[in-house]
Amino acid sequence: MATLSSTDSIAPHHGPARGLSRWLFTTNHKDIGTLYLWFSFLMLLTGGCMALMIRAELFQPGLQLIEPNFFNQMTTMHGLIMVFGAVMPAFVGLANWMLPIMIGAPDMALPRMNNWSFWILPFAFSMLLSTLFMEGGGPNFGWTFYAPLSTTYAPPSVTFFIFAIHMMGISSIMGAINIIATILNLRAPGMTMMKLPLFVWTWLITAFLLIAVMPVLAGVVTMMLMDIHFGTSFFNAAGGGDPVLFQHIFWFFGHPEVYIMILPAFGIISEILPTFARKPLFGYASMVYATASIALLSFIVWVHHMFTVGLPLAGELFFMYATMLIAVPTGVKVFNWVATMFHGSMTFETPMLFAIAFVVLFTIGGFSGLMLAIAPADFQYHDTYFVVAHFHYVLVPGAVFAIIAGVYYWLPKWTGHYYDEKLGKLHFWCSFIGVNLTFFPMHFIGLAGMPRRIPDYALQFADFNMIASIGAFIFGFSQLIFLTVVIKTIRGGLQAPPAVWDEPKGLEWTIPSPAPYHTFSTPPEIK
Amino acid sequence: MKIKITVIGALLLLASPSQHTFADWQLNMPRGVTDISRSVFDLHMIIFWICVAIGVLVFGVMFWSIFHHRKSRGAKAKHFHENTFVEVIWTLIPFAILIAMAVPATATLIKMYDTSDADVDIQITGYQWKWRYQYLGENIDFFSNLSTPREQIDNSEAKGENYLLEVDNPLVIPAGKKVRFLITSADVIHSWWVPAFAVKKDAIPGFINESWTRVDEPGIYRGQCTELCGKDHGFMPVVVDVRSAEDYNTWLAQVRAEQAAEAAAAQQELGMEALMQRGEVVYNQACAACHQANGEGLPNVFPGLKNSPIVMGDIAAHIDIVLNGKPGTAMQAFGDQLSAVDLAAVITYERNAWSNNRGDKVEPTEIEKLKAANGQ
Repeated sequence: MATLSSTDSIAPHHGPARGLSRWLFTTNHKDIGTLYLWFSFLMLLTGGCMALMIRAELFQPGLQLIEPNFFNQMTTMHGLIMVFGAVMPAFVGLANWMLPIMIGAPDMALPRMNNWSFWILPFAFSMLLSTLFMEGGGPNFGWTFYAPLSTTYAPPSVTFFIFAIHMMGISSIMGAINIIATILNLRAPGMTMMKLPLFVWTWLITAFLLIAVMPVLAGVVTMMLMDIHFGTSFFNAAGGGDPVLFQHIFWFFGHPEVYIMILPAFGIISEILPTFARKPLFGYASMVYATASIALLSFIVWVHHMFTVGLPLAGELFFMYATMLIAVPTGVKVFNWVATMFHGSMTFETPMLFAIAFVVLFTIGGFSGLMLAIAPADFQYHDTYFVVAHFHYVLVPGAVFAIIAGVYYWLPKWTGHYYDEKLGKLHFWCSFIGVNLTFFPMHFIGLAGMPRRIPDYALQFADFNMIASIGAFIFGFSQLIFLTVVIKTIRGGLQAPPAVWDEPKGLEWTIPSPAPYHTFSTPPEIK
Repeated sequence: MKIKITVIGALLLLASPSQHTFADWQLNMPRGVTDISRSVFDLHMIIFWICVAIGVLVFGVMFWSIFHHRKSRGAKAKHFHENTFVEVIWTLIPFAILIAMAVPATATLIKMYDTSDADVDIQITGYQWKWRYQYLGENIDFFSNLSTPREQIDNSEAKGENYLLEVDNPLVIPAGKKVRFLITSADVIHSWWVPAFAVKKDAIPGFINESWTRVDEPGIYRGQCTELCGKDHGFMPVVVDVRSAEDYNTWLAQVRAEQAAEAAAAQQELGMEALMQRGEVVYNQACAACHQANGEGLPNVFPGLKNSPIVMGDIAAHIDIVLNGKPGTAMQAFGDQLSAVDLAAVITYERNAWSNNRGDKVEPTEIEKLKAANGQ
């Protein structure tokens, strides 16, 4: 009995294991969140280096630094790593850290699976990156890997690419199941669905999207595998297959995937703006409904990525109208954010700066998206730098800025210290200038007629390409400021109180800073 | 930071003199030269100005709030957080704008899809990395390759005015006539785009896509392949030479005369020296993109021809792979791409260049016989 009571008294206070085994075997949502976030940052730097190689080659017309086949490997890997390695794991990391705290749960619902879904990723990405050193080089067919370039004409390493995608898919699906199970089952008593913070709501909807479409991605790469090794002809016209079928399946996954990368960002922004405007979020209910409508619409718009493949007129019209429709719920969200700021009492700490930049620059990406929805005009924009500008505006100052904003916003909660506000602001302004310098000129060269994914270009595109390359290096290197800020904050800094900011709303601000290793072992009381 | 700025400044200085002469700050889509391209341009401008107007309004309110409703100016937060009336309004108004936009977009799209009653039909086939143009019913069939010299791409020569946007044989079409394009591909997916016509259509193996144009003004219009199609995707431009009806007919006659001369040449014995000379030209245009000018290929991507077993082996097998390609690989069938003379020349060249020195040759007449047997 004596031993029992002594373990009893230790149990509520036990901390993390020591050394490497803490990270390898952890089932703690905070540890796993931290792992996800560091992994994502490492991938951001890896994919970023590839982007800088691309921009360095495009600094001037002519072939200077890398040859075209390697250039294609860089564009492909940059896309894959940023989408699957940087943006998605960052959101899962934030979800791991914050969701249980926000809903008053002690941990994620399925902690061991949580460990596994993270630890698959380093192996998947090691395998993907190792293809660069294989005979014939790595994947060189674009992150959208259209058949038959990615099947009949692909380098042998494509098989490793397929397995890497399978592994990432398994990881994402398990992560999504875990998130849904946590939100639906582990809410503290009184935390009704319509009281959930928006970050929780957007992640719940995102997780459903993940479960719906990751198997489709797994399916399409399996069909490729069959075509390459087992003599089927799903995508081979000579064998009775259809190369366009590949695109339909890919984009049926791909379009919801785009929203997987932006809905959690909407959630983060909807947390940050009210805090620094000192005013409740405008239109909470309409935000939830708008997010759900965007998610539903995402299943019926995929063909807008394929307007030039030669679909029947009726098909083009349907997908054009459906795509235009997305502007309505997206508009509602932007209007709500602006209305939240309207008549607030605003201050502009680093998270707020990134959040405001998100609202403006994401909206610019939304505008170019609306332009791209107009099918006849899309014939001119399609596969040009205008598209590159569009999706980088929604993904970089969109998703990535939201992630960075979220990190600054919750960093004092995680570490117990305030970050260095001056350095944070420096990071913001360098990133803001760099991002716009990089991606805004791409609208112009795209409209002027420069196709995407080319290693060399005609002379009339030279000036704007040079500006974009300079901007890319500014943006890339300013992320080292971010790294400095984060490390500095972990090591010390002004002690943060539980609330951190000026009367923010949410359960995460009721627990001490840094958040204890175990939180809400007994559920909080929800008013 | 200081170091970075200095480096960027230095790079700018280095780069500016060579670029300055070509400076061209084109900001917008070209208006184009067809009715369709002008409608597309108008749609583009309407939706652009709609976006600008919404942007000015939304960002205007936002920046006004940022300026006036900041804590440092003593702003006190109000606590309203919903208003059904404005929420309904800002759902309905965008909806109405979208419907207004969908009407002209639909009308233009219907016009673009009307490929009926064409005066000229041209089949366009994408190959890695060139275009083939076949004039249906005219018995005209040729390939269009990038003509920018390698030296300009490698920066050892100054770049010309139409760098990367120039070809050896442009597509020639008559002005004022409705030209229908039947677009397909022989290998991977390509996309045929001429911005001035607002025509962009994917070239997909096993499928034929249709598109059309009617250009009023003669002139030369340039575009590029816009679907990633492998290593030299950036090096397969589209050039369309629009000529008056009269000049177009002259061109047709000229092409036919050249074809007759080519057929006559195929009946002659050319001899080693002439074959090697022509072979080098053909090789650099048709083969060097993959097998490289030095015959060494790209390791593990494209095999080299220097000392290759096929080139050093039996000549019949060598001719066979050039004529019929190797299915399942990037090696195309050149039997219907090149003339008998060019085929004979390039095969002879491969067998004797880069110290391969096989010493044998093949004459156009032999190729003609094989092609006839193959039905090519």
